[in-house]
Amino acid sequence: MSKVLVIGEHDGHKLSQATARCVTCASQIPGAEITIAVFAADPTAVAAQAAALAGVSHVVTVSGAHHAHPMGAVLAPHVVSLAKGYTHVFGASTTFGKDLMPRVAALLDVPQISDAMSVEGAYTFKRPIYAGNAIVTLEAPADKILVATVRTASFEPAAAGGSAAITAATVTVESPTHTRFVSVQAASSDRPDLTSAAKVVSGGRALGSKENFELIFKIAEKLGGAVGASRAAVDAGYAPNELQVGQTGKIIAPQLYMAVGISGAIQHLTGIKDAKTIVAINKDGEAPIFEVADFGLVGDLFEIPPQLEAALSK
Amino acid sequence: MQKILVGIKRVVDYNVRVRVKPDGSGVVTDGVKMSVNPFDEIALEEALRIRERGEPVEIVAVSIGPDEAQQQLRTALAMGADRAILIKTDQMIEPLAAAKLMLEIIKKENPELVIVGKQAIDDDSAQTGPMIAALWGRPQATFCSKLDLKGNTAVILREVDAGLETIEIDLPAVISADLRLNEPRYVKLPDIMKAKKKPLEVIDVASLGVNTTPGFKTLLTEPPKPRAKGVMVKDVAELVDALKKKGLVS
Repeated sequence: MSKVLVIGEHDGHKLSQATARCVTCASQIPGAEITIAVFAADPTAVAAQAAALAGVSHVVTVSGAHHAHPMGAVLAPHVVSLAKGYTHVFGASTTFGKDLMPRVAALLDVPQISDAMSVEGAYTFKRPIYAGNAIVTLEAPADKILVATVRTASFEPAAAGGSAAITAATVTVESPTHTRFVSVQAASSDRPDLTSAAKVVSGGRALGSKENFELIFKIAEKLGGAVGASRAAVDAGYAPNELQVGQTGKIIAPQLYMAVGISGAIQHLTGIKDAKTIVAINKDGEAPIFEVADFGLVGDLFEIPPQLEAALSK
Repeated sequence: MQKILVGIKRVVDYNVRVRVKPDGSGVVTDGVKMSVNPFDEIALEEALRIRERGEPVEIVAVSIGPDEAQQQLRTALAMGADRAILIKTDQMIEPLAAAKLMLEIIKKENPELVIVGKQAIDDDSAQTGPMIAALWGRPQATFCSKLDLKGNTAVILREVDAGLETIEIDLPAVISADLRLNEPRYVKLPDIMKAKKKPLEVIDVASLGVNTTPGFKTLLTEPPKPRAKGVMVKDVAELVDALKKKGLVS
């Protein structure tokens, strides 16, 4: 039987939706028994949310002041000490998971599957390579713990309705002190989160200025959606780094993705391919973004965004 | 600081549209332009800037790959690395094996910093940096977008999902370079000529005594499922109507 340990991701108060998506991935492993691990200064609230996810059998909490700001280098030995007895250890393909999981895998001396996008068997998974231009099916050895990061855009979040038992675990490994948290400068939280929003409006460099990019924020507000950006727009300083969508930014799967002034380099397209409906607005009718768009509109980027904002106001 | 190791991976060039072989055995790499992984160029550029700020540091570029990876190491030498090491193998090397091979070089060279790209744009694994740090038992600063050296420590700005995180690490350490750490320089012709004279050591992978057998079996390589063809609309009104019909806007 497969026993899957999912590393819970959270901000100290709220369990990330990315973890609920990992649970769905884990639940597709035949006969999987799923445990979520919550490392936190005070895991109470997050553990309760984890226990309420359908399909979760156990929640294991590990509390300690050094888990207040989890960092891969500090957390990895703790995860390793919990991992014994499990067949799989999963984390999300977020910056948190990408920092932590390879360190866990190396300490366990096992290879890792990054960005698992479908479950083909207990030890067989598909994952994208070359910015999603190819998909490989990988078979892992069944006699070792399988460490994987889960491509969250490929899985719906697990539903509520679970009532898993919560147990506190004591981990007696020493925490490395060579890596110290200083601070985090987080984006304003009054807007929907980019990775979990149902609607996302993204802007590219073709918008021409930071001022014009403001229209993307206004359109997103009208839609009740999150804002994204192409790499070029972030490099140009129109949007902060955490809004970047694509191969090296965030991979998202909203119901509606609206790309405004984004030409659609393959590195960007890989981040949006799982969106249910894609709208492309661009001045260049030949732009590759139109190859993946469900609805395309060619026009001036100084005229269309204000019109769109006005049309959505009605 | 005396020494920085930089990882340099030979990958299919950023601008190549990669195609899957019809028999599902892999992607087409014959006759395709190969380059230095763009994130590794950023890693090297950061090492060069540390030296240019006055640290008398030796910069060693290390690659793992076939004989042809010497081309990418020559590029690294032309950018400004002092010498290069190729761990020669024709086999596919998974990140865990790459990290173990790098660790063998680290043991010989004793660097204070190892800088690698945050991911390679071929397999997109993003594992090698943290795996090197884990095996070495040292700190890792992944997704680094700013690096300040302060004696035996470094203050790192990291690009994380929430925004920007600052951490402090003790040296020696592993850094993985993110996009906005710097903008790599262009190589000039005289530097390419000079690079030909710089030392490039080729080490046979077998001599390092590391098990490089892949852990995974690749059963199939296939193209992604294409999206259905969409429609063009003539104006904003038509677009908003279409979205209303789908229930996406109210």
